[in-house]
Amino acid sequence: MTFFNHFGRYVLLLKSLLVRPEKTSIYWKEIARQMVEIGVGSVGIVVIVSCFLGAVVTVQTAYQLTTPLISKSIIGSIAANSIILELAPTVTVLILAGKIGSKIASELGTMRISEQIDALEIMGVHSSAYLVLPKILASTLMIPLLVIISAFLSIYSGMWVGEFTGAVSKEDFMTGAIQYWIPFMANFALIKATTFGFIISSVSSYYGYYTEGGALEVGRSATRAVVVCCVLILLFDYILAQLLL
Amino acid sequence: MIEVQDLNKSFGAKQILKGISATFEAGKCNLIIGASGSGKTVLMKSIVGLIPVNSGHIIYNNDTDFLEIEDSGRKELRKQIGMLFQGSALFDSLSVEKNVVFPLNMFTNMTYKEKMNRVNECLERVNLKDANKLYPNELSGGMKKRVGIARAIVMNPKYLFCDEPNSGLDPQTSIVIDKLIKDITDEYKITTIVNTHDMNSVMEIGDYVLFLYKGEKYWEGHRDEIMNATNQQLNDFIFAGKFFREIKEQNTKRLSDEKNK
Repeated sequence: MTFFNHFGRYVLLLKSLLVRPEKTSIYWKEIARQMVEIGVGSVGIVVIVSCFLGAVVTVQTAYQLTTPLISKSIIGSIAANSIILELAPTVTVLILAGKIGSKIASELGTMRISEQIDALEIMGVHSSAYLVLPKILASTLMIPLLVIISAFLSIYSGMWVGEFTGAVSKEDFMTGAIQYWIPFMANFALIKATTFGFIISSVSSYYGYYTEGGALEVGRSATRAVVVCCVLILLFDYILAQLLL
Repeated sequence: MIEVQDLNKSFGAKQILKGISATFEAGKCNLIIGASGSGKTVLMKSIVGLIPVNSGHIIYNNDTDFLEIEDSGRKELRKQIGMLFQGSALFDSLSVEKNVVFPLNMFTNMTYKEKMNRVNECLERVNLKDANKLYPNELSGGMKKRVGIARAIVMNPKYLFCDEPNSGLDPQTSIVIDKLIKDITDEYKITTIVNTHDMNSVMEIGDYVLFLYKGEKYWEGHRDEIMNATNQQLNDFIFAGKFFREIKEQNTKRLSDEKNK
């Protein structure tokens, strides 16, 4: 299939989500369930990744700023800005793309090949809306929250690692982080996180929903979903930076 | 009643269904038989609208052409359809009870108690009284099929479709499933269409049998007429095994002896 085939089918899938739900309460329950699975289920990996990201970025920044002419608080400034602008919303989300993207694609792919999606259609349920819409809404809402958690944890881990290693004191780190703080950076990070949340869930759902064949194709769909999500995240990372900064 | 008129379906250059016409009567077990690749599943999935066809008509209840109604109309009609899939298609993440109650949750405003009563009634009907809390991965193949039937009948459908209900089951369990399908058809007076290549099923429950060969209708009739059918492809298919061939030969000999007397 060509790029245009995929893109056309992806747009049609998104269009098919805009239908009146058979029963709104069921959809709300499904959204809540997906928010728990996608959001709460990803807190563990976000905590681990964020702690190490913050620590590494502080240590590496301190390693490069050896001159006594530059204040130590600059380390805090560079680390915090890098974390909020790029590491929390992009690197963390790239890792989430692997976890959430493969889960969504393989879940829907398995449902497709085992005829569970056909069973929903036969019952009269709008299968794409019931299965895909809650995932997109949950992911678009929960990934920004995970990014906020990631940013806080990364900055705190960076601050503590700076203190323990003697690279920069806690006070200097926080002074730098606050001194060069631009409020729009937080908005920018949230805009990126929301966009990436939508990309991860919609693209993975697309690959899962249209899986054809057997178990092997489910694996292929999951792999393709993760790869395409990662590429699109990087592409939109650049586009958003170019447009908004 | 479901009437299929001149149904054609192609996948690329390959034509799978070639002008199929048939009438599936209400309150009867209508069987679609044929070798693997003859188009049985494509025909069944076309009738329920899971596979779009190239041309033809699918008329439900003498008045509704399924292919000409809009999406909303199709959804309404589908609420009258129950389907048992080849692999049962149970929702893995839901227990037996939640699988069966799913259509009720989605389309009715029944109270919890009413829904549970209906679920238990359906599970009892398929002889699965104490399986409510089990998950699909804890069930045997036959149990999965029975849960699939319970889910298919929970909304009191007018039409029941069963795609290879006996695949992967032992002969004894197959007979149980066949009997269940037949009993449910008689009890609720629904139009049942069963897709099978199991000869036991044909002989046990086939009120009307449609034989497909390479996407074409080659024979139709009652199961009792199969023994005396002269259609070569049908005979090659039905009496492929030695056991059935010998029965056929004995039957032919008995009939000719009776004629000679």
